[in-house]
Parts: sequence; C-alpha cells; structure tokens
Amino acid sequence: MIFEGLNEKFQNIFSQLKRKGKLNEKDIQEVSREIKLALLEADVNFKVVKQFTKNISERAVGQEVLNSLTPGQQFIKIVKDEMTTLLGGEIERMDFVDGRRNVFMLVGLQGAGKTTTAGKLANLLRKEKKFKPLLVACDVYRPAAIKQLEILGEELNIDVYSEHDVKDPVGIAKRGLQKAVAGQYDLVIMDTAGRLQIDETLMAELVNIKEAIEPTEILLTVDGMTGQESVNVANEFNRLLNISGVILTKLDGDTRGGAALSITYTIGKAIKYIGTGEKLTDIELFYPDRMASRILGMGDVLSFIDKA
Amino acid sequence: VKTKDNFKEKIENVMYMGSFDDDFFDELEETLILSDLGAQTSVKITEALRKKIKETHSKSKEEVMGFLKEILIEMVQVEAVKPQDPTIMLVVGVNGVGKTTTIAKLASRYKSQGKKVVIAAADTFRAAAAEQLDEWAQRVGVDIVKSTTGADPGAVVFDAIGAAKARNADILLCDTAGRLHNKVNLMNELQKISRIIIREGEGFTIHNLMILDATTGQNAINQAKVFHECVDISGIILTKLDGTAKGGIAISIIDEMQIPIEYVGIGEKSEDLIDFDPKKFVDLLFE
Ligand SMILES: Nc1nc2c(ncn2[C@@H]2O[C@H](COP(=O)(O)OP(=O)(O)OP(=O)(O)O)[C@@H](O)[C@H]2O)c(=O)[nH]1
Ligand SMILES: Nc1nc2c(ncn2[C@@H]2O[C@H](COP(=O)(O)OP(=O)(O)OP(=O)(O)O)[C@@H](O)[C@H]2O)c(=O)[nH]1
Ligand SMILES: [Mg+2]
Ligand SMILES: [Mg+2]
Repeated sequence: MIFEGLNEKFQNIFSQLKRKGKLNEKDIQEVSREIKLALLEADVNFKVVKQFTKNISERAVGQEVLNSLTPGQQFIKIVKDEMTTLLGGEIERMDFVDGRRNVFMLVGLQGAGKTTTAGKLANLLRKEKKFKPLLVACDVYRPAAIKQLEILGEELNIDVYSEHDVKDPVGIAKRGLQKAVAGQYDLVIMDTAGRLQIDETLMAELVNIKEAIEPTEILLTVDGMTGQESVNVANEFNRLLNISGVILTKLDGDTRGGAALSITYTIGKAIKYIGTGEKLTDIELFYPDRMASRILGMGDVLSFIDKA
Repeated sequence: VKTKDNFKEKIENVMYMGSFDDDFFDELEETLILSDLGAQTSVKITEALRKKIKETHSKSKEEVMGFLKEILIEMVQVEAVKPQDPTIMLVVGVNGVGKTTTIAKLASRYKSQGKKVVIAAADTFRAAAAEQLDEWAQRVGVDIVKSTTGADPGAVVFDAIGAAKARNADILLCDTAGRLHNKVNLMNELQKISRIIIREGEGFTIHNLMILDATTGQNAINQAKVFHECVDISGIILTKLDGTAKGGIAISIIDEMQIPIEYVGIGEKSEDLIDFDPKKFVDLLFE
C-alpha cells in the first residue's frame, strides 16, 4: 500500500531535513511528491492535487523553520493550514433568514443520502433553532421514495407533504410551499430524486423547481466515498443551480474523504454538514481542520513526525 | 454528452509532438488516475507500457494504443463462474450503491430467460426498503418474501429459502441492507445471514455478489477486501456506469483480488443491466 511506503519515505526525507535550517527547493520537491500521493490515495482530484501542491511548494520555499519544529513538520503544517483555509477556515454555519421562511432543496447523484439527510436536517434544526419543519417529497421516480420520506417523518414526528399519484415535482414543490405558508412552518426541506449531472432533462427539472420555490439554500449532497468524479459533479450542479453549500455523507466509513477538498477547491462553496451514520441523529457540523487531518491521514503523518 | 476531458484528443496531440516521451506517460498516468485507478495501479500500467514500447521499438501510435488496451484488458479479464441453478444469490455492498435496483434488474433478466425467480427482502433496516423491493417485484413480476421493519434479516432469508424450495425456484435473490465495511456488528450480521444460506441452501449453488458504485474512489478496495473476507464474493456488479465516472477502481480490485465483474448497471430501469465486456470497459476509459 502506498501509505505504508509513504510513512517510511517521509521518515527518510525528514531525518535528512532535520539537519537543515531552511526548506530548500529540492527537499520540498521530494516531500511534495509524497504529499501528492497521499492526496491521490485520499481521492482528491488529480488536477486539484497538482495545483494545490504547486501553491504549497511555492509558499514553502525559503521559509524559516520555526525553532520548535523540524523542517518536515513545518512543511506539513503549511500543507495542513493551507488545506484548512481552503476547506473553509472557520466553520461556516448556515445562513438562516430572519423574517423569511427557510426553504432548502437537497440535490445530488443517486444514492448519495439526500432523503436520509433531509430527515436528519429537519430534526437537527427543529432541536437547535426551534424551527417548525416541513418535509416535501419531490422524488416521484424512485420506487417507494415518497414512502421512505413519510416513514422518516413519522419516526421523527415531522410533517411530510406528498402527492402519491402526481408525477410533477415542480407542482409538488410549489404546493408544498403553499402548505408551509398556510401551516406556518418556518423550515421547508425539499427532497429531490437522485440524478446524474449529465442528465439534461432531470437537471432542467431542478432548475424549474428552484425558480418556482426560490430556496434559501440549495445543498448538494455528496457521498464521502466519491472518487475523482466529485469535481465534475460539483461543477455541473453548481453551474446550473448555483448551490449554496455541500453536505458530505457516509463519513462514518474509513474513506479519507478527499472529495471535500476537490469540491471546495473547485467551486469555492462550503461544506456545511457531514453525515456520520444511518441514524437520524448522525449529522454534525463540518470542521475544516478535522477534515484536513483526515485527508492527510494525519494519524499516520503525525506518528512519524514524532519519530523524526 | 460526457463532460470529461477527451483523452483521445490529448493523446493525439502529445503523440504528434514526437515520440512517446515523458509528456505522453504523464498524460496517460493522469488519465488513469482521473478514472479512479489509483496512483499505484496507474504507475504499474504505464511502466508495463514503457517496457512494451522499449521491447518492440514501436513508433506507431495505433500500435501503442493497442498495447495499452491489451495490458488493461488482460488485467480485467477474470473468468466468471456461471452458477449452476438452482442458485441463491446474496447481494451485498455499502449504502446506496444500487443493491435493490440491481436485484430488480437481475430478476427481470433471469425471468426473461424463463427462470423462476424469488426475491427476499432482507433489508429490514432502511426506511421503506421492503416497499421499494416490493414495488420492483410487482413491476418485474416475480415472487417476493418479506417481513416487517426491524425483523431479523436472517429469518427473512430462512423463510425465503423455504419458499424457494417449495416453489421450485431456479434463483433466489437476497437483498440486504447497505452497510459500511468498517461496522463490525453489521458485518457479523451479514456473516450470520451467509451461514444460514450455507446451512439451509443444500442443493443450491451459492453465489455472493458485491455491488460497487462506479463513482467510488480508492475506498472501494477496502470495501471489496472486507466484504470478501466476510462472505466470500463470487462476483462484482459495477453500477452507475451511465454517468461520467469510469469505475477505474474496479480494475485495481480485479488485479489485486481476481474477482470478476459479472454485470454492469447503466441506468435506473430494470433493463439497464448489461454483461461485462472487458474491451468495451477499457475503451470507455479513453473516451
Ligand atoms: N453509513 C451511512 N449511511 C448513510 C449516511 N447517509 C445516508 N446513508 C445511507 O445511504 C443510503 C442511501 O441514502 P438515501 O437517503 O436513500 O439516498 P438518496 O440520495 O435519497 O438516494 P436516491 O433518492 O435514490 O437518489 C441509505 O442506506 C442510507 O441509510 C451516512 O451518513 N452514513
Ligand atoms: N444512474 C444509475 N442509477 C442507478 C443505477 N443503479 C441504481 N441506481 C440508483 O441509485 C439509487 C440507489 O439505488 P438502490 O438500489 O436503492 O441502492 P441500495 O444499494 O439498495 O441502497 P441501500 O439499500 O440504501 O443501501 C437509486 O436512485 C437507483 O435508482 C445505475 O446503474 N445507474
Ligand atoms: Mg432519495
Ligand atoms: Mg437497498
């Protein structure tokens, strides 16, 4: 595995670096090659990896090494800091609109976790913000998709607006919003069907829903195990919908989650929440520094820094 | 229209520049990595091609493309064992990859071959999982055995094997709840289901299928390893290849584990399942 090799290589490079006071270009080239591999292993998009390590290297050349740190640690620190900044620096919380109803739309590829996340978000924000949420079932395609959302609503004791024999997601979204107005719900979450970003008809449908309901947040839901493709997906959903943020799911697995970096680097939109399990309480705020450590495999990386 | 940068064009350009130099190999490596083959496998492939070019002194770009495809096809060509009916197929995989939909596709395919198919709704966990499979069973026109949410999935499979025997079924397809491979208790549960199949399924061929989403990155290797350890995977079905993801991680998995890909999912309808064709799969990488 690349990672086992990586540790060893890092150790060698760093024990050499340790004797020097400054990072020179050649050292950095060597280390950044290893960083590149680590990022690829984490599923950061190749183009993002190239650009990112180039920027880092430029920043690192000639930097004084802090007294307390070895040059190797210094470089890793630069990488981690840069990545944390890219991932959003401080935690970016949701923009809740005062005096206006909050209307969210969840969009994304098939099976990413939209329906589950709709339930999780409604539950979380009811608790934290005292919202009165309404879930709206706009997936008219997947067998039992409406039923799935209804069951989640029942479990959570949250109302669900659905129409069983209507195949018109735009109409359902509109009428769901009307129900929210009439029933004084202040948070409306629209679950939409999964779709490929290259499916023109279904992407146009999302644009129509957006125009009809003017959501306050459009959240792209992305599977945390996604590979190189995350960039294409994020780009296209963002181009057509101008999304407001991202939710990364299934991070309770052992994926490194490089998609997080690929997406924020490419479209500059924040990851707002992460999904950490199948239960309806398994949702957390996104912390950029934790994600950066995860992508870099800091567990591994830090362990050899100690030895260096 | 696929949105991916066109490798063919890029390679053409690189090749016109001169011989097969570092630029060419960089470009190739980049394409492979962008198709999710992973750095290690990509380097392995480019090295093999370098060697081949050196040996043959080839200067023809058609020939070199041919070599490259040969190397890749050879990597993914693992003969799938056709199970002898009656068969029990246990379908496993992480969350949301397409297990339930693929079962509908398999049921539809086997039914059209004149086989008697029964499906077992052993995902008793996810909201409306049984309803989803039930709707598919009705659409496709096959029998389903199901229970209530929260029931023991092993018990559902047990009942389904009984039903398959009683109805003289040729194929029993068992849906399972999606689970991440690092959840020890959920993997133990799966092993328990598998043991029930081994114990009760006398006279049936047991054929365990892992569903792999083509959009998945390097994590798929861990998935395949752990699921294989747990239930002995006979084959992989690669789903969602109708998107722009190339499913390259499957190549690394086959190369490392020698588990064949049997079918490929190319859409959300019951007929969107095709046989795995190594040549087409490899061609797709360079489109
Ligand atoms: N382990 C884990 N599983 C999750 C998480 N979020 C969702 N899932 C599971 O992923 C699978 C797919 O979730 P859904 O909510 O149905 O996904 P979707 O995006 O609505 O799917 P489509 O409507 O078919 O496009 C289900 O098995 C969920 O239980 C998570 O954070 N962790
Ligand atoms: N585009 C495309 N979508 C697919 C394909 N196979 C499945 N899907 C979609 O992927 C989503 C998830 O499919 P499911 O069959 O519910 O996946 P699953 O593995 O059973 O999910 P869980 O039971 O929740 O773990 C659904 O929206 C399917 O329609 C495929 O080959 N191509
Ligand atoms: Mg859904
Ligand atoms: Mg399922």
